[in-house]
Amino acid sequence: MSEQKKTNIILFSGDYDKAMAAYIIANGAAAYDHEVTIFHTFWGLNALRKDEPIQVKKTLLEKMFGKIMPRGPEKMGLSNMNFAGIGPKLIKKIMKKHNAMPLIDLIEMAEEQDINLVACTMTMDLLGLNKAELRETSQYAGVAAYLADAEDGGVNLFI
Amino acid sequence: MNADKILDAKGLACPMPIVKTRKEMKTMNTGEILEVQATDKGALKDFQAWAKSSGHELLETNESNDILTFHIKKGE
Repeated sequence: MSEQKKTNIILFSGDYDKAMAAYIIANGAAAYDHEVTIFHTFWGLNALRKDEPIQVKKTLLEKMFGKIMPRGPEKMGLSNMNFAGIGPKLIKKIMKKHNAMPLIDLIEMAEEQDINLVACTMTMDLLGLNKAELRETSQYAGVAAYLADAEDGGVNLFI
Repeated sequence: MNADKILDAKGLACPMPIVKTRKEMKTMNTGEILEVQATDKGALKDFQAWAKSSGHELLETNESNDILTFHIKKGE
């Protein structure tokens, strides 16, 4: 086989459906034996958030952000037809019927497949997110690390 | 066709049939044949593409009663 190909996905969105698409492609690419990296920035960082509250020192504004943003993938809303939170419940019901994996399972599958889950540290600061609040498997980097992966990458997506 | 191993991926949705197949393939030796059964409609094109890109050989594809059966020979 030729040398290992790369897939790089920037997950900017904090929408459940868009994150699902990103993680499905990532898991598929890992099955293609690509070296896969998902670079989480802005609202996409919430996909890496643990679902339990973590005690960390924050400013008032950071606390507010922390409260308003979804705590973990299963609390995310839909990009379309969210209907104040009813939409995600409906779609999860339909997903179950069709045996589609929930986002949290896709993330765990990604960890199992050694996909690099990278959190953008600059936007972590902006949103007031602390390392302790993100999944243990998270790696931390900035734009240069993303570009180093992307410049010789085969698949590059921004979601 | 005789297979060295059989993987039941029926009922699984994208991307799981491919993810599980790749996992199973890793446990096999070059030249061995894996039979995969799937019901995901996209699997037909997915398996053709995946086998080609991953260096395996898709020997045979059958479809009956909405069940797709693939025979894949492990490459190098």
